[in-house]
Amino acid sequence: MSEFLQFLFSGLTTGSIYAVSGLGLAIIYNASGVINFAQGDFLMIGGMATVALLAAGVPLPLAIVLAVLITVAVGACLQRFALAPAGDSDALALIIITIGASIFIQGIVLLLLDKNQHALASFSGDTPIAIGGASLLPQSLWVMGVGAVLVVLVAAFFRFTLLGKAIRATAANHMAAQLVGINTRFVLLVSFCLAALLGGLAGIVAAPITTTSYDLGLTLGMKGFVAATLGGLGSAFGAVAGGLLVGILEAMIAGYVSSAYKDAVPFVLIIVILLFRPQGLFGGRVIERV
Amino acid sequence: MMQTQANAALQIRGLTSHYGRIQVLHGLDLEVRPGQLVALVGSNGAGKTTLLRTISGVQPASGGEIFCDGRLITQLAADKRVRAGICQVPEGRQVFAALSVEDNVRLGAYSRRDREVEADVARMYALFPILGEKCRLAAGNLSGGQQQMLAIARALMGRPRLLLLDEPSLGLAPLLVEEIFRVVQQLRSEGITILLVEQNAQAALSIADVGYVMETGRITLSGSGAELLGNDEVRRAYLGM
Ligand SMILES: Nc1ncnc2c1ncn2[C@@H]1O[C@H](COP(=O)(O)OP(=O)(O)OP(=O)(O)O)[C@@H](O)[C@H]1O
Ligand SMILES: [Mg+2]
Repeated sequence: MSEFLQFLFSGLTTGSIYAVSGLGLAIIYNASGVINFAQGDFLMIGGMATVALLAAGVPLPLAIVLAVLITVAVGACLQRFALAPAGDSDALALIIITIGASIFIQGIVLLLLDKNQHALASFSGDTPIAIGGASLLPQSLWVMGVGAVLVVLVAAFFRFTLLGKAIRATAANHMAAQLVGINTRFVLLVSFCLAALLGGLAGIVAAPITTTSYDLGLTLGMKGFVAATLGGLGSAFGAVAGGLLVGILEAMIAGYVSSAYKDAVPFVLIIVILLFRPQGLFGGRVIERV
Repeated sequence: MMQTQANAALQIRGLTSHYGRIQVLHGLDLEVRPGQLVALVGSNGAGKTTLLRTISGVQPASGGEIFCDGRLITQLAADKRVRAGICQVPEGRQVFAALSVEDNVRLGAYSRRDREVEADVARMYALFPILGEKCRLAAGNLSGGQQQMLAIARALMGRPRLLLLDEPSLGLAPLLVEEIFRVVQQLRSEGITILLVEQNAQAALSIADVGYVMETGRITLSGSGAELLGNDEVRRAYLGM
């Protein structure tokens, strides 16, 4: 039982990271129809920028704020300078652009910083908290807490604010959105900034646990993609549930079977889901897309 | 440089538009005076919807000029045209299906920042009581007729000076068609300038001040609503007489 609890904690922690990453992916997918393969790089930029700023002597809170701002700026540039010029190209072309952007971003980070693995110090120390025979690291609480807060805030943003509703309206019907006076180019930009904000923050709180390096985005982005597809692409709730599910399954397989199979989990999951339920676990059933 | 009619709410000159290489509007001229109800009729595929989309700026013009209240708007972004007072009820209603009826209505006022939005929401529910009753439902759950009312309410929330209506009666039961035409006349009496595209030529021309007939991307006939109703060609082609 305590063993199970231990694996569950570990799964919820990584699952929270996948969930937030998948949420960003779903937001961009809804607004633009693009699967953003640079989503994982947002997490990497958040972590790496924090590490670099700390090394330059910036205090942690300020470093976090700046790192998030940098990530958001990168998200805005990705939309404005890489995707917007491609205009109405088909989805596949846009997806390939994001893959190119991802490689470009990794190259820049490699040039500016280095190729080493960096571990950020935990925010609240490393003394484990004992719960029901299992132990939980304070940083895990940070990850789960920040993840939960972000999910709630994003949900509230889409439910209650005019801009959030305008983004949903644009996702639902691009032309009708323009006809009520919504600047849909601005909506796209905001969606990318929001996804980058989520990625950046997730990357920062995760960095003490996952460690961070310039190529971290590749695996994290993949997991976020699996999470979002699992939940049903375009369903925000599905992305969050999918992320938690992938995280927990990974931890259980690693714990009860072998950690050698852990990384196979998302890929087996995605093959199974695409074969038997291509609309995802929650896709199709929910009317609400964001 | 030609002088624009200072008193035209909408003036279109030589307008052309393409979908890819296919030209759909072939140099079209049309004018709507302030306060007028202008009906535009034409057979399937004539380009009526394309014309309205081009006026709203969601479809680019490839040539020609569009003036709104004497101001050249041919290159203006769609959202800025809404701010200039051009609102459209698009063909096929195009409501935001996943959003609530109330959110749909409120999004119609997206371009407005004044304090009268709240009062206008109440006005819309007075105009279409069924929308008030169903304001919490997702718009996609409404019937076709109710969605049409919602699309009209959404456009009215933009406080249009020029309202473009694309086949508002299409696919509705006769009773609802009457209701829609009653509302259109009421809006005209409130002083809103209206360009109405209709398959139902009889009904549209009988309430219109001016009518235009469109064929394959060109205006082929124009005149007062009554004149067109009496025109042999129109009677044969559009009124089935
Ligand atoms: N998105 C599009 N891409 C390519 N061609 C289009 C597109 N939309 C319309 N067309 C073509 O443009 C022409 C005009 O279409 P449009 O919808 O403007 O006509 P309409 O007069 O509104 O017809 P209807 O009475 O059926 O609504 C048609 O030949 C149509 O096939
Ligand atoms: Mg049409």
